[in-house]
Amino acid sequence: MDVVTIFAYDFMVRALLAALFTGFAAPAVGTYLVQRRMALMGDGIGHIAVTGVAVGLLTQQSPVWTAVGVCIVGAVLIEVIRERGRTSGDVALALIFYGGIAGGLLITGLAGGSAQTLENYLFGSITTVSDADVWTVVALAAAVILLAIGFSPQLFAVCQDEEFAKVLGLRVRAYNLATSVMAAVTVTVAMRTVGLLLVSALMVVPVATAQQLTKGFKVTMLLAMLLGAAASVGGVVTSFYFDFAPGATIVLLALAVFVAAWPVGSLLRYRRRLHEPFPAGEVGLPHTAVPEDHDHRHGADCGHQAVLHGNHVDYVHDGHRHAAHADHYDEH
Amino acid sequence: MSDVISITGGNLALAGRPVLRGIDLHVGAGEVVAVLGANGSGKSTLVRGLIGLVPWASGDPRLFGQPLREFRDWRRVGYVPQRVTATSGVPATVAEVVASGRLAHRRLLLPLSRADRLAVRRAISAVELDDKRSDAVGHLSGGQQQRVLIARALATEPDLFVLDEPNAGVDQHNQAGLARTLRPLVASGATALIVLHELGPLGDLIDRVLVLREGRIGYDGRPDRFTEPAAAHDHHHPGGRSDNVPISSSGWTS
Repeated sequence: MDVVTIFAYDFMVRALLAALFTGFAAPAVGTYLVQRRMALMGDGIGHIAVTGVAVGLLTQQSPVWTAVGVCIVGAVLIEVIRERGRTSGDVALALIFYGGIAGGLLITGLAGGSAQTLENYLFGSITTVSDADVWTVVALAAAVILLAIGFSPQLFAVCQDEEFAKVLGLRVRAYNLATSVMAAVTVTVAMRTVGLLLVSALMVVPVATAQQLTKGFKVTMLLAMLLGAAASVGGVVTSFYFDFAPGATIVLLALAVFVAAWPVGSLLRYRRRLHEPFPAGEVGLPHTAVPEDHDHRHGADCGHQAVLHGNHVDYVHDGHRHAAHADHYDEH
Repeated sequence: MSDVISITGGNLALAGRPVLRGIDLHVGAGEVVAVLGANGSGKSTLVRGLIGLVPWASGDPRLFGQPLREFRDWRRVGYVPQRVTATSGVPATVAEVVASGRLAHRRLLLPLSRADRLAVRRAISAVELDDKRSDAVGHLSGGQQQRVLIARALATEPDLFVLDEPNAGVDQHNQAGLARTLRPLVASGATALIVLHELGPLGDLIDRVLVLREGRIGYDGRPDRFTEPAAAHDHHHPGGRSDNVPISSSGWTS
């Protein structure tokens, strides 16, 4: 099979389109979640989405749309809990997550389906995406990407420092809720490609990879989006030729890129640490020469107590420490 | 002309525990007020309450004459929080963090205007971090991160500065740097409310000192008695007065 073959199948063209848009949208929202240190929020919403899918099966509606609805309700609930309860927040979140999974299984049973029916959504089943599905996915993902980029100055400020954003007059709660809703929509959009159990990986792993190499927020976000799209499309193509599960392939590809980037990132960090205390062009750090005259050189037998200080020896002289520097002593 | 900050008989409770009681405070335009007091006396809560970050139970708090609840002119307020908030989960450059100070001026969906860029550049220059503007804030030293937060408030070009312990963990050189940065702003009529542990190098900028004691204002008056080292300290600093410490030409150091 050559490269052209893949486009000969309608279902593959749809799969690639869905993967491309999902790949861009998931890390865009993921960047804000990571910035707020809520990297696992996508995972939580993924659990809630199970109930949403089941509601769709029960009511014979499109599971994507019912999942969007239920996820938004769940994401708003998570945000309210985060804002209100500082102490018991993670327990409340856990309750919501498990309630989502259990509710989903129960309702699926009521609908006459089994856990098998849910599997398409839990692990993704990109090749069964219908024409209507793909346009829903593309439209929702495009909306998320536009919002995430268009409101990036405001969302950045709110995620960076909520209180400062409040003093700027930003509607902090509205922006936080918007981030939650975008995360909810992204999860539902991505559930057909990578599946609900792996969706959080596509939101977080490209961001973790990007920040190995970057220093700024905007660069991190754009690089993460590119990495996400590459892993997503690459994963679908790979799974087509090798008959792998697409969701797992996408996530493992993203992780492989992270593993490759990590040593580069650590090397950069190591080099920076080496140079950190010495700004470029600065010859010597400011220091204080001691005023006392010395009629002797401090040494092993001068009678002043010697103290090991970093890479040199200080001598205790009238209650303060002297260190030899060129032709005088410095105060340490 | 109305007061920049005003509150009469303000009470404030956090989680059901009264933190501030009977606060009467009126700060006029151009005043530079230091808020002193022991840990837990309510200094931070007072300034956070005055800019609406924590709600008052009573007291009719006002900013620039408007009731705090209705106040919308946030571009007139520049807030420098305590340093713990300088970093987050994703790296951000100095320029990006400082640029967020312009949001009170910007319209939705429009890019930074020329005035915005100029204000950001001037703010970064004022704290002398020009060569660090593309560096990640998380990689800077504590004192430099504090300067980034100061620059972020400067970028807003506000009429009222509210600084919450800008000198905590900052050495004498950099405290003098903050004094140099604030001096021209104060000279041009800015109002400032600064939470401090001791006046230090900011001493000669301060017009008025508030001392909080267990949630009440215990002293409100001239700063004279706090600028004498013997009065401000109950211990003696070895090695003479702090102004013997050599200060680099700029005032800011790494």
